[in-house]
Amino acid sequence: MKRIYVNEEWCLGCHLCEYNCAFANSGLKDMANALKGKQIYPRIHVEGDDKISYGVSCRHCEDPMCVKSCIAGAISKEDGVVRIDRSKCVGCLTCVLVCPYGALAPSEEGTMQKCELCLKNSCGEPACVLGCPNKAIVYEERD
Amino acid sequence: MSNYVIVGNSHAAIGCIEGIRSVDKEGSITVISKEDHKAYSRPLISYLLEGKTDVERMHYRSEDYYEKQNVDLLLGTSALNIDKEGKTVTTDKGGKIPYDSLCVATGSTPFVPPFEGLDTVEKKFSFMTLDDALSLEKSLNKDTRVLIVGAGLIGLKCAEGIKDLVKDITVCDLADRILSSILDSECASIMQKHLEENGIKFMLSDSAEKFDVNKAYMKSGTTVEFDVLVLAIGVRANISLVKDIGGEVNRGIVVDTKMKTSVSDIYAAGDCSEGYDSSIGSNRVLAILPNAYMQGFTAGVNMAGGEKVFDNAIPMNSIGFFGLHVMTAGSYDGECFEEKREGVLKRFFVKDNALIGYMLIGETDRAGIYTSMIRDRVPLDSVDFELLKKVATTFAFSDENRRKKFGGVV
Repeated sequence: MKRIYVNEEWCLGCHLCEYNCAFANSGLKDMANALKGKQIYPRIHVEGDDKISYGVSCRHCEDPMCVKSCIAGAISKEDGVVRIDRSKCVGCLTCVLVCPYGALAPSEEGTMQKCELCLKNSCGEPACVLGCPNKAIVYEERD
Repeated sequence: MSNYVIVGNSHAAIGCIEGIRSVDKEGSITVISKEDHKAYSRPLISYLLEGKTDVERMHYRSEDYYEKQNVDLLLGTSALNIDKEGKTVTTDKGGKIPYDSLCVATGSTPFVPPFEGLDTVEKKFSFMTLDDALSLEKSLNKDTRVLIVGAGLIGLKCAEGIKDLVKDITVCDLADRILSSILDSECASIMQKHLEENGIKFMLSDSAEKFDVNKAYMKSGTTVEFDVLVLAIGVRANISLVKDIGGEVNRGIVVDTKMKTSVSDIYAAGDCSEGYDSSIGSNRVLAILPNAYMQGFTAGVNMAGGEKVFDNAIPMNSIGFFGLHVMTAGSYDGECFEEKREGVLKRFFVKDNALIGYMLIGETDRAGIYTSMIRDRVPLDSVDFELLKKVATTFAFSDENRRKKFGGVV
């Protein structure tokens, strides 16, 4: 199963992945329209300090706590990808309570969102990986 | 081919089905459901009245779920008793259903103390099931005055759900604070103030003593007039099926970390069970939804001949009212470290070099990082706790631990 991994030695901490993520999931064609002057709600976030940094997004866990804990049955795992049906989500934040990585956060509308690997948006493959200027974020199969 | 029988059809039962099917795709599964609905998300009943979801979207699984899982679903059917020698369950529809292994996932029932005059109250409701919510909704209009007895999770979620449908809501509770099972006084008073700002009235350290049609006579001597009464005092685990055949029960059906009861080939899961709580190191009823699912799943795997233990259950709750969220987890029996700023209060409880519990109000981002520290008993001297108190971040973990968490490279 391919997942997103970040090499923290190469991560510059530039936060571009957050912008590329927000744009890819905006449904808009123009990046300026999608992001300019707006608060962004990316599904990857950069953690660290000025020496070490790395982006964190959903690990699509083998045994996902969020899927088991969702009170609405809105989170499921299909073909290795953990997805949210946002029409069922009521924003109770139980998934935030249980995710060990802090990989879920509310969207602008209050329903939850998380990395779904850009497989169903216009990008088609992880936008954070495509746009990483130092190739610190990779999308690959590992044990 | 094995015969699996599950009594109950809520989150623990669905977990059990999925646990069984992770091991055995062929065996026959029968689910006996007292309620006449396919599994729905029970905690969503307040969101239903609030208009944030509907009955269709409340379904916990897809429309064709039971077919796909090859489950025989008996709706509107009650299990009356178990014959542990003959290994059958008798239902109120007259059938005897044979089992090789059985999971009791019967949940709990609202507890109503014997109030004097309660029988004179015409419109009184519990708030546990979809049918409760739908019948409550029918009795409400913009002139309705509602009295809710019980300022716990159920009573307050009910208050939030119906706020915009009614004229007036008063919540009373014998405890001196709201949400007394999960919050200390200071956190509770922050949430109480927020609820009051949103129009909910409280009468604490006070409760109804007797009722007369649409009047409640309070212990304090005052009287409250209401049109609709909601009783949300507490719940009792449904233990009788196992108790009646001599199985070990306390407040719930006693189970081990494999969800086995003391009766052979009978398992129990969810709100009816009393399992191991790793935050206190002993058994107790942990009536929370993630626990129900995970217990059910564990029971299912073991029923089907697999091997699974669930030994890191802890109490944990995420609950919000009118936009203000609270999260709590673990036990509060430790040294308290506090982080306080405008609109935010975080309390962390530490014992034996580990985080054992927390209460967060106002800022709950990435709280699962704290929860995982409790569940995994992460040694506190291996993390930057000063940083963690301010913000939940995996950056506070040691390089080695963080790299392991993220798949090796980092």
